[in-house]
Amino acid sequence: MGEFKLMKGNEAFAEGLIRSGADGYFGYPITPQSEVIEYLMAEEPHKRTGMVVLQAESEVAAINMVYGGAATGKRVATSSSSPGISLKLEGISYMAGAELPGVILNVVRGGPGLGTIQPSQADYNQAVKGGGHGDYNLLVLAPASVQEMYDFAGLGMELAFKYRTPVMVLSDGVIGQMMEKVILSEQVTRLTDEEIYAKYGDWATVGRTNGRERNIITSLHLKSEKMEAHNHKLAAKYKEMAEEEIRFEEFETEDAEYLLVAFGSSARISQNAVKIARAKGIKVGLLRPITLFPFPKARLNELADQVKGMLSVEMNMGQMVDDVRLAVNGKIKVEHFGRVGGIIPTSDEIVEALEQKIIGG
Amino acid sequence: MTAEEIIKNGQKVFTKTKLLTDNVMSYCPGCGHGTAHRITMEVVEEMGMEEDTIGVAPVGCSVLAYDFMNIDMQQAAHGRAPAVATGISRLWPNKMVFTYQGDGDLAAIGTAETIHACNRGENIVIIFVNNGIYGMTGGQMAPTTLPNMKSSTSPFGRDVKMMGNPLKMTELVAQLPGTYFVSRHAVHSPGHVRKAKKAIKKAFENVQAKKGTQFVEIVSNCNSGWKMTPTKSNEWMVENMFPFYPLGDIKVDGKLIEK
Amino acid sequence: MTEEIIIAGFGGQGVLSMGKILAYSGIMQEQEVSWMPSYGPEMRGGTANVTVILSDEKIASPVINNFDTCVILNQQSMDKFESAVKPGGYLLYDPNGITKHPTRTDIKIYSIEGAKAAAEMGNTKVFNMIILGAYLKMRPIVKMENVIAGLKKSLPERYHKLIPLNQEALEKGMDNLVEK
Repeated sequence: MGEFKLMKGNEAFAEGLIRSGADGYFGYPITPQSEVIEYLMAEEPHKRTGMVVLQAESEVAAINMVYGGAATGKRVATSSSSPGISLKLEGISYMAGAELPGVILNVVRGGPGLGTIQPSQADYNQAVKGGGHGDYNLLVLAPASVQEMYDFAGLGMELAFKYRTPVMVLSDGVIGQMMEKVILSEQVTRLTDEEIYAKYGDWATVGRTNGRERNIITSLHLKSEKMEAHNHKLAAKYKEMAEEEIRFEEFETEDAEYLLVAFGSSARISQNAVKIARAKGIKVGLLRPITLFPFPKARLNELADQVKGMLSVEMNMGQMVDDVRLAVNGKIKVEHFGRVGGIIPTSDEIVEALEQKIIGG
Repeated sequence: MTAEEIIKNGQKVFTKTKLLTDNVMSYCPGCGHGTAHRITMEVVEEMGMEEDTIGVAPVGCSVLAYDFMNIDMQQAAHGRAPAVATGISRLWPNKMVFTYQGDGDLAAIGTAETIHACNRGENIVIIFVNNGIYGMTGGQMAPTTLPNMKSSTSPFGRDVKMMGNPLKMTELVAQLPGTYFVSRHAVHSPGHVRKAKKAIKKAFENVQAKKGTQFVEIVSNCNSGWKMTPTKSNEWMVENMFPFYPLGDIKVDGKLIEK
Repeated sequence: MTEEIIIAGFGGQGVLSMGKILAYSGIMQEQEVSWMPSYGPEMRGGTANVTVILSDEKIASPVINNFDTCVILNQQSMDKFESAVKPGGYLLYDPNGITKHPTRTDIKIYSIEGAKAAAEMGNTKVFNMIILGAYLKMRPIVKMENVIAGLKKSLPERYHKLIPLNQEALEKGMDNLVEK
């Protein structure tokens, strides 16, 4: 066993940021994700790596600090939970428009409105459709363990810079609050100012060095033709992500006659449901999308030729089920099962729903 | 005499700073923004800091400030410029970061960001152009619109009982421990332009010396929003705006000026 | 082997850290573990609980409704969790402050006078270690050496000098377990 620690998901994300060489974090407390900023403040990353951490006056200010920080070519992140993410969407839309990299963690709680502080996956649609105004998408990663909370802080940043786009890590109150063992990686050294000039000096606000043309970070395009061209440029980037970045995990799908589709904590519970169902003689498998955008459409379409029906298990009233149906394109029956309000579905309930809605339905 | 002939004869009296682009400014003839842009960029050039200065443009008339200021710039969402500048400045602590904002942007939708950036003492310059109206969207009432002043959303004059009072943001931020230099100026006459430029220079020098937040208000006209000729609007500004928004230093070297 | 436990009591009794030490002990013997606290305003009212799962297999959900073992340290938690013990499961409680004692006959019930034992040791801070000792006597799912290793990993270095005291408390708990 390498270096490991028992950590909360929120703490693991924070440690993941530090170790992957992040330059800054700007946040605002909200349950159930406040441990991210609490951990960062306690760890004093300005002493460990020189990373900047600041508690902003609001989620709105925090995302705009990220917007400003991301423009400098440095690696910056923020985190919040559902109502706070709603407030951040203005800034996220600006980041997407201005093509800025950055990582945003959403530790989802139930809604709408103030809702509940208990775990939920009700922000799926918001995350995968971009969420804010205008034609854009985020690359969305859905961790299902504390280890992935740690890993996706760094992976998210890497992808954010690869595509110069904001990346959302869509977690939930279960993954954020629970502790599990995390295997820690070596500290990555933060880029020096000179390395940032060299790598990102062609677009970032590093100062107008060596008499070059000024760099402008903006999402404003007053000329229709320019705006249209920019929309096409963004769309091409999302298409490239769909070709390069789809990530998913399969469990017992080889001989499956039925399929569960679930992400995040629902996927953990569904994996247990697969075991229970198989013990009863039902041949069921699980597909866990790890990227929610881009969505593993092609693989689901392929599996639709093999299985008789799919059940989308989500802690919401039925959101990802639409994407599963689009992927399957009418080939087979696709239904949704979910618990909401902070109630976590049990593996038995999932098996029962499979029997009633798919096998018997 | 052509321009070339004048220059040949050694009579050249003015050169545009190289930190203003050749783009034709989008401001109305007679507006104060152009002058405010020029003196800001002259200060950066005089300090030799163009490689180490980053500006933040707001939403409002000066949304396109980055088309004219020839340095690295970022355009911010409405009111968020001080938060954006906070992010930049925290990550580039050795660079000079400034925001350039209007009254709607800074004193209405961005009040929280302004006050908290000032209160934290973010090491940035805030240039606040106050013309008492929303110019870009067509002359609506601003937080700084004077009592009884007409705008498209106060067509019979600002009724303070119904619409609230104008906000003196500059006096307000001067009370905060994070602000180091707070001063109010105008750019309608050569003398005022010189004083305003001196204040902006002091503000940038203070940021270079890491003294915290520097806040310079420029009371300006909006001839099209006020529906006046440029000359008339400047006269109106002197008569009506200055008594309510008196010019001069409010806080110097972190100390409030006794009146 | 999978053991699903809830530890429930007042905030300040060390419920969360007891769960954390148990979870670390599981890691030390190469088990999968999860630790899931109650969070939010519920905590502000004074009650605190944590669900800990130790398993030889990957853990599906860290949030569960029925438990192999409930460790109960106040009356509210007794009211809430007595019925949540799986038939054939275990209930361990400290009778201090308990007015309605457990009545189920399909589970094994044990008690530990934890508050009293801590007072005898002259250190109320080791209360949770006494409870953990009693639990481990009742459910010897982790070895003492792994508990000590877990403690070391869980405590900051500057508190390592307190490990012998904690070990004493664990042993005190083991010695004072009473089967009902």
